[in-house]
Amino acid sequence: MSKKKLDVWSTISLIVLLLYVLFLIYPMLNLVVQSLTNKETQTLSFEYYEKFFKFPYYSNTLINSFKVTISVTFLTLLIGTPMAYFFNMYEIKGKSWLQILIIISSMSAPFIGAYSWILLLGRNGVITNFFKSTIGLQIPDIYGFTGILMVLTLQLFPLIFLYINGAMKNVDNSLLEASENLGFTGLRRFKLIVFPLILPTILAGSLLVFMRAFADFGTPMLIGEGYRTFPVLIFSEFIGEVSGDKGFAAAISIIAIGITTIFFLIQSYISNRKKFSMSAMHPIEPKKISGVKNVLLHVFIYTVIGIAMLPQGYVIYTSFLNTKGMLFIEGYSFTSYVQAFDRLGNSIQNTFIIGGLALIIIVLVAVLIAYISVRRRNYLTKFIDTLSMIPYIIPGSVMGISLLVAFLNPPFRLAGGITIMVVALVIRRLPYTIRSSSAILQQISISIEEAAISLGASNLKTFFKITVPMMSAGVIAGAILSWTTIITELATGIILYTGRTKTLTIAIYTEVIRGNYGIAAALSTILTILTAGSLILFMKFSKNKDLSV
Amino acid sequence: MSVNINIKNAVKRYGDNTILSGLTVNIKEGELFTLLGPSGCGKTTLLRMIAGFNSIEGGEFFFNDLVINQMSPSKRNIGMVFQNYAIFPHLTVRENVKFGLKNRKLTKDEMDQRTDEMLRTMQIEQFANRLPEKLSGGQQQRVALARAIVIKPDVLLMDEPLSNLDAKLRVEMRSVIRDIQRSVGITTVYVTHDQEEAMSISDRIAVMKDGHIQHIGTPKNIYQRPANTFVATFIGRSNMLKGLLNTTGSKPTLRIHNTEFEMNTIKKDIKLNNSIIVSIRPEEFFITNDESQMKGTVIDYIFLGLNTHYTVKLESDELIEIVIESSIDSIIQPGTLIHLGVKLEKINVFSEDGSQNYVIGVENDNVQEKA
Repeated sequence: MSKKKLDVWSTISLIVLLLYVLFLIYPMLNLVVQSLTNKETQTLSFEYYEKFFKFPYYSNTLINSFKVTISVTFLTLLIGTPMAYFFNMYEIKGKSWLQILIIISSMSAPFIGAYSWILLLGRNGVITNFFKSTIGLQIPDIYGFTGILMVLTLQLFPLIFLYINGAMKNVDNSLLEASENLGFTGLRRFKLIVFPLILPTILAGSLLVFMRAFADFGTPMLIGEGYRTFPVLIFSEFIGEVSGDKGFAAAISIIAIGITTIFFLIQSYISNRKKFSMSAMHPIEPKKISGVKNVLLHVFIYTVIGIAMLPQGYVIYTSFLNTKGMLFIEGYSFTSYVQAFDRLGNSIQNTFIIGGLALIIIVLVAVLIAYISVRRRNYLTKFIDTLSMIPYIIPGSVMGISLLVAFLNPPFRLAGGITIMVVALVIRRLPYTIRSSSAILQQISISIEEAAISLGASNLKTFFKITVPMMSAGVIAGAILSWTTIITELATGIILYTGRTKTLTIAIYTEVIRGNYGIAAALSTILTILTAGSLILFMKFSKNKDLSV
Repeated sequence: MSVNINIKNAVKRYGDNTILSGLTVNIKEGELFTLLGPSGCGKTTLLRMIAGFNSIEGGEFFFNDLVINQMSPSKRNIGMVFQNYAIFPHLTVRENVKFGLKNRKLTKDEMDQRTDEMLRTMQIEQFANRLPEKLSGGQQQRVALARAIVIKPDVLLMDEPLSNLDAKLRVEMRSVIRDIQRSVGITTVYVTHDQEEAMSISDRIAVMKDGHIQHIGTPKNIYQRPANTFVATFIGRSNMLKGLLNTTGSKPTLRIHNTEFEMNTIKKDIKLNNSIIVSIRPEEFFITNDESQMKGTVIDYIFLGLNTHYTVKLESDELIEIVIESSIDSIIQPGTLIHLGVKLEKINVFSEDGSQNYVIGVENDNVQEKA
């Protein structure tokens, strides 16, 4: 082996490692230290942890979060699994449009759903008032646990759907035919054949839903009212005017990471034992069914998707209503848009600058890390690979706090600037992009690179002339998906933003909090258009049209 | 310009697992040299060490007088054909072939000229502007070969290049490879586990087993005078029978069960009165009326057109396979007692442990490996 070759990739590995040390390990260690330090005496102390577990006011949020998260995971499976199964087994009218709607609803920020449901079903909601005035029926309150559950379920079942839909595409039709041949059809076949085959995917999807639901901060903040979940506690302890205790917030953050880590480990333990690879030579052919069954099937699917799309639709509708103060009034106009651009136009610009910068860095670093961890396996690259996965289990608000605390003071004073926003987005989104890039790379036979090298191309030339072009289609598709998550990111941004670096999502959130529903609706609509537009781009670049999140 | 590849005491380890422990071989300039052996014998490992994709843990690899151990694979001037072709899927056929030329100091005209010439030689010029995914397996194979040869490499390495093709194409591509190799006159190392393929295209073959070379020789010599029992059974089919080597008078005699044969082919310095293993290929038997010859009962037969294969049980209960040219009269039915003669000049006699051939005429270029 030549020495020069080691240099190029080792240098890149070392630079990447250094960045991770600076932007991930240092802030995390710093957080641990803060959580264990008494502010007055500057000595080691467990008082913050004791405080958390001693007062039910704090520790109850953990129980609340578990209730929400486990219920949401269960409900999304209950809705998402049959949806995906029916989509693959039966012919459904307007299937491709429905699929796009499901994807769009999965890509919007959950808190927008929450605030729209308040407008619809809240104390003064449109539907609530309609039932009250026409038939005098008082619809049950949607604030608190119920509301959070409803909003997050509707928001997250598409993830389960997309995961299982992907897995179903890899189930070979002959497996189903074989089981039918042996006398198993319908539910029994689902239980004995299909379910075990897609179980690893169900587990992976559940974990993702669990992590999202656990870390979601906007929804419980808006619709939870007295029902406080863990991220709400973290946020209010950190930002809150009452206490604003950084050490305590740090301790809660560490507890949160501990919990997500445990769930992550359990999930990977189970799915490693159940893992097997599938690829379908003959994918399942959707069958046409008729009669009552067909009607019920369509009713089920259209109802679920209809309800999931309702908040989005209503937000778009209200964006064209006239407003007076905090109220929507009669008549339609573009006033909300004009006001939105007047007051918050720069948030759109910020979204593009911050998001764009983050995206470029994500793609570049993800491809490099994927390459070194797949093709140059050694202890260093393995370590980097593991490091890059850590943010997967860190809730967004915790990530925000750790970065803010670490870079508040010199020598690394980044707080308040664009850099810290970009860094946060990059670190949070990298695990997904690395995973998808590695998957693409693993499908490229190494002998193709060897062929280039044996024909006299240098390592770097091989990488840029052969490897990168072969990866590009998949990487671009992955990048567009990353883009949609970047522009809807809230949990980290809300902690790190300042007036100068406010993005679209943060602007919507702050406008909702202030009660400027018209402006919020206008901005939300712009966000939806951006997301849908990105999706169309994705469909163009992605060959198989299948989405993996 | 072709080179002579001289490998001295090559060592390859993966962790604690030693694949090659001091392998020595000399590949002559311009020849087509085949590494043949069962999977896991180290043949591909050795090829990839020559290419530079596997590190070399010990020993020296020479291209002529130049040690290449530390040379980067991109500097070795090697043309390589991969098992899965490794054609760049995002480049057209022409761009694929041209790829390696871009790293040489050539003018654009020279590049185009050489590319066109090669496309023509390999009969793929009509696909020049297509993407490789549109090509059949055989056409892809031609592209891979063209791309490897167009750079005028010192050495051509081929790693099971035909294993992904169907049987008919494989035979066709064998002669394509053979013809190209001959006309270019390039030193070629060819890896395969298919002995028929090896026999049909090689100048010389190295039979490998467990990281050691067993026999290096021409296809004819390896088949007719295998160096040991492994080579005898791996190349072609052989009936291995127990026997004794004695002397009656001045001539060595071979005794198989109750039958004695006078042998003219035994080396002079062999100790006699020994247990031995005798290797007789199915076609080295013939059916005779001479009742002093070996006796056996036909158990089964397979009619294959040109030849008929019989399974015969000898008096010693050993089962053997014999091949007789099919005749127009009826096939010998199972249960028939027959007498078998042996073409003595063709058979091989091995030491009891199978490591040594006692017969004159073994040409093994394999030098004794260092302990």
